[in-house]
Amino acid sequence: MSKITSLADLKKKREEIKTGLDIRIKAMDPESVVQVKVAMATCGIASGAKAVMEFFLEQLERRNIAAIVTQTGCMGYCYAEPTIEVKLPGQEPVVFGYVDLKRADQIIEKYIKTGELVDGIIPVNYQSIDDKKE
Amino acid sequence: MKTLSLNILDIAQNSIRAKADEISIEIKESFTNNRYQIIITDNGTGIPENILENVTDPFVTTRTKRKMGLGLPLLKYHAELAGGGLKIDSRPGKGTKVTADFLFNHIDRQPLGDIVGTIIILVASNPEINFIYRHVTDNGEYSFSSKETKEYLEVDTLYDNALLEDIAGMIGENLKEIQASGLTFKEMQ
Repeated sequence: MSKITSLADLKKKREEIKTGLDIRIKAMDPESVVQVKVAMATCGIASGAKAVMEFFLEQLERRNIAAIVTQTGCMGYCYAEPTIEVKLPGQEPVVFGYVDLKRADQIIEKYIKTGELVDGIIPVNYQSIDDKKE
Repeated sequence: MKTLSLNILDIAQNSIRAKADEISIEIKESFTNNRYQIIITDNGTGIPENILENVTDPFVTTRTKRKMGLGLPLLKYHAELAGGGLKIDSRPGKGTKVTADFLFNHIDRQPLGDIVGTIIILVASNPEINFIYRHVTDNGEYSFSSKETKEYLEVDTLYDNALLEDIAGMIGENLKEIQASGLTFKEMQ
């Protein structure tokens, strides 16, 4: 198909896909999939969090891992940016620091796929950013 | 922050934290008038009056509160460096408008960078917020709204990689069409 330049093109493409396969976009249940939160405050963005987030968005899908990748605010580990929080289904969240693309790859291959821990874990009694009172 | 897009991604965080459900990002660039303007408007909680005055001073904010931090000071710095300035209008309970002005041809004006990726990240991470992106150049204008897109496609969420990729392509094509300056597509690799 030619380039998509309007909402109408976008819709047409969705419909073409739909007739071939029954793909419906529905919200995933966050509890049953891997959740990756990328800290994206000033400190994170300045250290490259955007590229890290794009990497996870792209690679988790490419490697067939059901996951939700979102951004979050500053987790308070500005010295270790980019930082990410990974929560495997039914497990406590783990925070990784100094996440460049190489480490992001390791996190997917080792921690997310097999549960094996990799370097860069921030070893504190960490609460999920959502539970933490500001 | 190497590009204006990264600054925008950062400033939009303030709006998200201010519980806005509509965030508008507007870029008006004019080569003929030598102006480059970024306007970010939200309908969030606004900035309290006593903080507003000093909001671009990084040392005024207490770190535990993290109301603003370094985001606005950095944008102000970049704007002033490029012959412009930063203006903040905010009314508690109504929302906030941040306007950054630059001289288009100033050597220290950062390029726009990967604005498409910025919009995609914001849209993907915050499904409940309507993001409006409008870009005006000497050659025309383009606008995108995440809410309008959702309604038009009759989907509950835009969080789907194939769809996000197509949306990125659509915004990118339109920005090329109006000859938006300083675009890059993805900063990774």
